[in-house]
Amino acid sequence: MTSQSSEEQTPLGVVVSGSLTRGVEVRLDVSVSVEDMAVGRYVAIEGTKHRFFGMITDVSLETIDPRLAITPPDVSDPFIAQVITGTATYGKLRVLPMLTIGGDAASILEGPQPAKTVPAHFSGVKLASQRDVEIVFGAEDEKRFYVGTPLDMETKVCLNIAEFVKRSNGVFGKSGTGKTFLTRLLLVGMLQKNAAVSLVFDMHSEYGWEGKTEKGYKVKGLKQLFPSKVAIFTLDEESSKRRKVSTDVVVRIGYDEIEPEDVELLRQTLNLTEASAQTVYQLAREFGDRKWLETVLNLNEDDGKQLISRLNIHDSTYRNLRRGLENLRRFSFLVPRARENSVQRILEYLDRGINVILEFGKFDDFAAYILVANLLSRRIHAKYRENAEREMGGEVAPSRPLVITIEEAHRFLNPEISSRTIFGRIAREMRKYNVTLLVIDQRPSGIDGEVMSQLGTKITCLLDDERDLDSVLTGTSGKSELKSVLAKLETKQQALIFGHAVPMPVVIKTREYGTAESYKELGFLEAAELKKKTEKDIEDLWT
Amino acid sequence: MDTKEIKNQKSKVKDGYGSKIAEVIEASSAEFTAQCYKLDQAPPLGSLVKTQDRPGDIYGVIYNVETHSLEPGRRVVARGQNLEAEEEIFTANPQLSRLLTTDFRVLVVGYGEGKNWHQYLPPKPASIHGFVYTCRLEEVSAFTQSLDFLSLLVNAKIPVPVDEVAGACLRYASQAHGDPNAFLVKAGKELAGIMSNDVNRLNSLLKRLK
Repeated sequence: MTSQSSEEQTPLGVVVSGSLTRGVEVRLDVSVSVEDMAVGRYVAIEGTKHRFFGMITDVSLETIDPRLAITPPDVSDPFIAQVITGTATYGKLRVLPMLTIGGDAASILEGPQPAKTVPAHFSGVKLASQRDVEIVFGAEDEKRFYVGTPLDMETKVCLNIAEFVKRSNGVFGKSGTGKTFLTRLLLVGMLQKNAAVSLVFDMHSEYGWEGKTEKGYKVKGLKQLFPSKVAIFTLDEESSKRRKVSTDVVVRIGYDEIEPEDVELLRQTLNLTEASAQTVYQLAREFGDRKWLETVLNLNEDDGKQLISRLNIHDSTYRNLRRGLENLRRFSFLVPRARENSVQRILEYLDRGINVILEFGKFDDFAAYILVANLLSRRIHAKYRENAEREMGGEVAPSRPLVITIEEAHRFLNPEISSRTIFGRIAREMRKYNVTLLVIDQRPSGIDGEVMSQLGTKITCLLDDERDLDSVLTGTSGKSELKSVLAKLETKQQALIFGHAVPMPVVIKTREYGTAESYKELGFLEAAELKKKTEKDIEDLWT
Repeated sequence: MDTKEIKNQKSKVKDGYGSKIAEVIEASSAEFTAQCYKLDQAPPLGSLVKTQDRPGDIYGVIYNVETHSLEPGRRVVARGQNLEAEEEIFTANPQLSRLLTTDFRVLVVGYGEGKNWHQYLPPKPASIHGFVYTCRLEEVSAFTQSLDFLSLLVNAKIPVPVDEVAGACLRYASQAHGDPNAFLVKAGKELAGIMSNDVNRLNSLLKRLK
């Protein structure tokens, strides 16, 4: 920390040229080594009227005379090397001014504003101080959740969770870059700040009870940290039992709840032809929306033949459809008649402000995931929509904002099907009905551009595919600069956050998660005490 | 310049506590010529000297030292053919020290009074017959805290190679500073700024600073 504070005082250099769109160029002072600079770091620029806050987006080497590059001086002589450094040869930074922090009272009240101009020539540039970062990203309070620290700094970067949940958001990154950890943090944040309730479709059963780090040690899931605020639903009771997870509800879905649209979404995963997907609608008209699946699955060969001749369906289409639908039978959570309405149960929990995590257990394939996530979300969304409409009529209180977390989002939101899935609609409608998405994906280029552009805040870990980078940064100002930052992230514990919930793009070192201390910071102590208290209560009851 | 010489010079600057060594015999705005009171007793090339004047003392860097006959038409002739040692020439011909003289030429690099220096040309040239003094070590150190005079020095049009003079001057001044190397680096950086359009010249001058 001491080295940090001394560093704050060191001037880095002066602004020599540049523009608002490309960023300003800063000539490094002699005393500053280019090797100490890093893209993604924050600098403060003292303009004559404003104080600017910006990010280093490029570092380059310059010479005053091109001849130097052709006949380099004798740098084996330390004296000459010392003299040449910073004079005939010097380092240059490109800094993207992001915000202005005004000096007068009015601008202090308004807070940092987006930079609409650049600092004057030869304005002094310094590394941003802890205080600057605090002014920009705010301190942790009832709305802001601490997600990490800027690179090489100890200050907290806080995410405005209240703003965050107002729009759909995305977490992106290559596999193994810490998406799950980040998501877990965000879920804790939403829970802790009471900004929204979450419904998590937990494909790999890693958010609810327990997850594993890449190194293999276990980290606590949300239920362990906040037992009274989280409910675990499961599709696969046995898997949950084996993992010794205390589940709240076992989800069963009746055949009658599966609609033709659900099957259409599964077309690729169930290997259905276009024609057979269309046939489903025909069958639904014939047998009714609620009965068609059960009826079709129970048809024997003769009945089948009669049916196809009556409805004029091609034999191969019918066989293709039957084969596909037979696949659904292996999902033991699908039953002809569900005893209780799972959607209703989920809604009950959500209404009480309890976050619901749906574990998939052994059904961690895309078919089950897409089917269940889509089916449940559609109904939940319909209820929310209904409630929102009633609220407009003044009948009921607004429902709690709901954030639905989905993994492998490109399966739901790719351009081909995004217009048809409920998630595509939620992403587009935004917060109108109080439902937003948290999409997690490793292949953002697979997601419909229209959906990507609607995401409020994007949090991305390392991405190196050109198309993924482009798709994540669509519509962001300073795209090419951010691209260079994004491609240089470390593979672990680093992420770039930009969008609605932060005043400017920020590279963070993600907050620690998984140590006893980190749990304590996240409010686990309280939960532990609560547990102790409950145990004591039970003991008292028996003695 | 070898170390012995530097030491010598250092002691000279120290000992010659503002010692009066010469007199201005020719002056222009940018330079002046001084005649030494003693034959062959000129300060070394590149050293800082000053002459009393108004509005302030004029400071300059010695860029050329010359010993010649006082009378222009009368050439010096060789006299030591039959003598053992060089000193004997002067003993045998006592008139020689009266007939010969040592002059040095000084490039004006600033003026001022006390420690209030301006490192640019004075409003008027040095007064003729003004006394010329060597500068004390502390004065050299104080004067060279600012290196603005370097541009006057390296851009001068003089009959001797100017970079040689600049090199000698900086080597000499560096000895007056607590950390000679740091001073030379600082000066080198200043030169790099001045000579940004001619890196080859810069390179060769930097080699002369060691």
